[in-house]
Amino acid sequence: MFASLLGKLSWSQLPQDAITRGGAGSIVAGVFAIVVLITLLGRWKWLWKEWLTTQDPKKIGVMYIIVAVVMLLRGAGDALLMRTQQATAAGASGGILDSYHFQQIVSAHGTIMIFFVAMGLMFGLINLVLPLQIGARDVAFPFLNATSFWLFFAGMALVNLSLVIGDFSAAGWLSYPPLSELKYSPTVGVDYWIWALQIAGVGSMLSGINFLVTIIKMRAPGMTFMKMPMFAWSVMASMTLVAFAFPILTVTLALLALDRTLGMHFFTAGSGGNAMMYVNLIWAWGHPEVYILVLPAFGIYSEIVATFARKKLFGYTSMVWAIWAIVVLSFTVWLHHFFTMGAGADVNAFFGIMTGVIAIPTGVKIFNWLFTMYRGRISFKSPMLWFMGFVVVFTIGGVMGVLMSVPAIDYQVHNSLFLVAHFHMMIVGGVVFGYFAGLTYWFPKIFGFRLHEGLGKLAFWFWIGGFLLAFMPLYILGLMGATRRLDHYDASLGWQPLFIVAGIGALCVGVGIGFQLLQLIVSIWQRDQRRDLTGDPWGGRTLEWSVPSPAPVYNFTTTPVITDRDQFWVDKQSGKKPVKQYEDVLLPKNSGASVFIAGFAFMFGFGMVWHIYWLSVLALLALVTTIIVRASNDEPEYILTAKEVEKMDHALSRRKEQYV
Amino acid sequence: MKPVISEHETAHPLSLVRYVVGFVGCVVLTLTAYLLVTRSTWPQGAIVGTLALLALLQFIIQMVLFLHVTEERGSHWKLVTMGLMLSVVLILVGGSIWIMNNLNYRMTPQQIDQYMRSQDSL
Amino acid sequence: MSEVTTTLNMHQIEARATEKTTFGFWVYLMTDCVLFAGLFSVYAVLHGNTFGGPSGHDLFKLPYVLVETMVLLTSSFTCGMAMLAAQRRDRTQVLAWLGVTFLLGLTFLGMELSEFHNMVLDGNSWRRSGFLSSYFTLVGTHGLHITFGLLWMAVTCVFMIKKGLTESVLKRLTLLSLFWHFLDVIWIFIFTIVYLFGSRGI
Repeated sequence: MFASLLGKLSWSQLPQDAITRGGAGSIVAGVFAIVVLITLLGRWKWLWKEWLTTQDPKKIGVMYIIVAVVMLLRGAGDALLMRTQQATAAGASGGILDSYHFQQIVSAHGTIMIFFVAMGLMFGLINLVLPLQIGARDVAFPFLNATSFWLFFAGMALVNLSLVIGDFSAAGWLSYPPLSELKYSPTVGVDYWIWALQIAGVGSMLSGINFLVTIIKMRAPGMTFMKMPMFAWSVMASMTLVAFAFPILTVTLALLALDRTLGMHFFTAGSGGNAMMYVNLIWAWGHPEVYILVLPAFGIYSEIVATFARKKLFGYTSMVWAIWAIVVLSFTVWLHHFFTMGAGADVNAFFGIMTGVIAIPTGVKIFNWLFTMYRGRISFKSPMLWFMGFVVVFTIGGVMGVLMSVPAIDYQVHNSLFLVAHFHMMIVGGVVFGYFAGLTYWFPKIFGFRLHEGLGKLAFWFWIGGFLLAFMPLYILGLMGATRRLDHYDASLGWQPLFIVAGIGALCVGVGIGFQLLQLIVSIWQRDQRRDLTGDPWGGRTLEWSVPSPAPVYNFTTTPVITDRDQFWVDKQSGKKPVKQYEDVLLPKNSGASVFIAGFAFMFGFGMVWHIYWLSVLALLALVTTIIVRASNDEPEYILTAKEVEKMDHALSRRKEQYV
Repeated sequence: MKPVISEHETAHPLSLVRYVVGFVGCVVLTLTAYLLVTRSTWPQGAIVGTLALLALLQFIIQMVLFLHVTEERGSHWKLVTMGLMLSVVLILVGGSIWIMNNLNYRMTPQQIDQYMRSQDSL
Repeated sequence: MSEVTTTLNMHQIEARATEKTTFGFWVYLMTDCVLFAGLFSVYAVLHGNTFGGPSGHDLFKLPYVLVETMVLLTSSFTCGMAMLAAQRRDRTQVLAWLGVTFLLGLTFLGMELSEFHNMVLDGNSWRRSGFLSSYFTLVGTHGLHITFGLLWMAVTCVFMIKKGLTESVLKRLTLLSLFWHFLDVIWIFIFTIVYLFGSRGI
């Protein structure tokens, strides 16, 4: 009786081998250490009131980024393990991992890096910057925004819990059937994967809707679309993709879950299922997802290049059109992920051509940035270095991508390390570099002090050097025939030297990450010397730099009125100081409901993973009740009166004088 | 200060006529489709085409008369997002059918299974 | 520096909030359409994979489905009537029309569940074939939406009885009616593509 109440859960599900125990132990110890630390400092109440229940997008953004950085460390650890395995597992040596473990680590690396690092950094930066950039005081639906974050957090918790209780999926980051079906993956790994992504994915979709409405309905008066900063444009495009692509992921994951739990036959080998339909659906989401991640990064580069070249962005209009061309085209290329599946020449040719075409708007953007730099007075601060690194890496990776858009060539390199090198150059070189650049760039706006420039540059050089060292050999290895997810190879193939080089590269990247952490610590240590008192440390062009650093809770004392593109820059040039008009500000009250909703979603997911259905039903009921109770609250907002705003504003000015 | 109007009282108030016309129209279209399927001896292709047309008509009627896509404030953006939705739907459904039928035509279920296993290195 | 203070115009803020929420909900409905499109594409691809089991032609009882369709269509109409009553600020009538809508929705859901139940009893459950999996999932997802719609309707009625037709209740009613009409729109395609096409063996 008792056993059946716990579904598939039992003591034997705790990790049994050394490596998993180490990973699980470090997670448990980490969580425990944090809990003890907060308790010792007596900071629980503060944490709950100031952070966990907050609906201020600036704080939510910080929480996203903290989660993403922690996950980055885990994902990078996985990467180092994989590189070590491949550098050592030649011939008689089996390397440090067995095959099953290696597959788990590959799956964990991909899943965590995409869903919990890249997505987290993206939503974090959008939360921090977007409302400020469009002259808004908040997002359209603050409560929904907080709920999205906590759903993301719940998904993250679920995916990490799999290391402690149960196991991680070994079916790859996209869990292709039939391997991900119950027959071949009978453990809970794939279920964890499904429900973690499902919960986080719903959060992402809600965020997509939220930011889309924010941009369409909440721009400052006078800010027509063609006066919007390029980052806001790119976010609008990316969120459109989120809103229209994530439902496809939701469906795909749900169908796989139905196969596994209710014995349906969508993707099973027999009984009229079709595994290829899964591949078709997951990439119909998966390809737009690539652009979801990279478009905001393009927006960041646009802001950074214009700021550090001290010139207005070259070809603004063409940039906007390029972004929207990418949005539309990104829905028409998904078959290039499975050219080899056996479709006819007509199908393959169509999707091959579309893939080639989508490179054109991307190329337009690269040239626009280069022309923005041309004859500019460029200052090579670390955000600019990340941009330069991006241009190099992304162009190499992009050209390889166009190469692979030819189906005949794709047949040669499909599922090889060539492909692995290509998409890392796009996602790391394009996305991650962009978000690092954005973090460095907007850090003073968020925290009120600048990051250490020297350590930032050092981190960049280790990153770029290590990255090229790690991935250029993979192109060659791919052409030599090395496949992806390779856990062992014959010594006579002669691949080992290149794998060792790649491993050294990965180590260098690891050192780079170490310098980034050091940079953060040193900067916090020296924060008083590094204060940004002007609110405009880089000579910025857009509205976020017009407010003090860190941005106050109300964002703007006076709602800005827009007459030009790069309004803040134009105001600075003309020496115009806007009249300060303090006004009452409506702000969202804190609410714990978001935390509870996500907590119940987590319990629901946990119940589904372990077949503890009573828990799932209870959690669902509690979740619905929480939403109803929350909906009955007619006063979710409070008024910050003009007097209070004035007082806070004066306090900021006084603090400034104090430091000067 | 101009008087504030809420969403429910915008320029085009909801009217009984619109709902009645919409309802009757949908009933007629549904019955026509039903009778076409149960009674007619038309060739299959003609039936498919007509049914699709009837469904499309009913879709438009309900969108305009019940969901008011064209009347309220901000309807411009409603139409834009609906246009985006329709293109994504068409690409996704049309593309999936095209791709999957092409594969089914060219491969036996055994070959499909074999290919998928090779992708999974099973 | 001149410092002027202004106070908030709560009515204007509320009207803007309503506009934002309605549009946001509309975008959500659009994303839900894509979700259904995913299920439709799966159905389109798998509907021939009966694996020796029954096809739609063998299973569907068209007259029964026609009644179901009419019930849902009528409920969409009565929901519109409730909105008209809301516009007149006539709470009793809103409640009455919503009550009718609720009962019709419940009837629809009951009919659908009974149809499912009979199929399962005949040994044609979702485990039978790829076709039946996709059929149950597509139609069932719509049914799940109807269930949430009914729950939402009940909660809104309770709010309305407790608070009256306040601005926030009116906002919720607008969203609810959008959702309910939207579910009927989805049903047009389920009726046509699953049932009508299916019973002709297309």
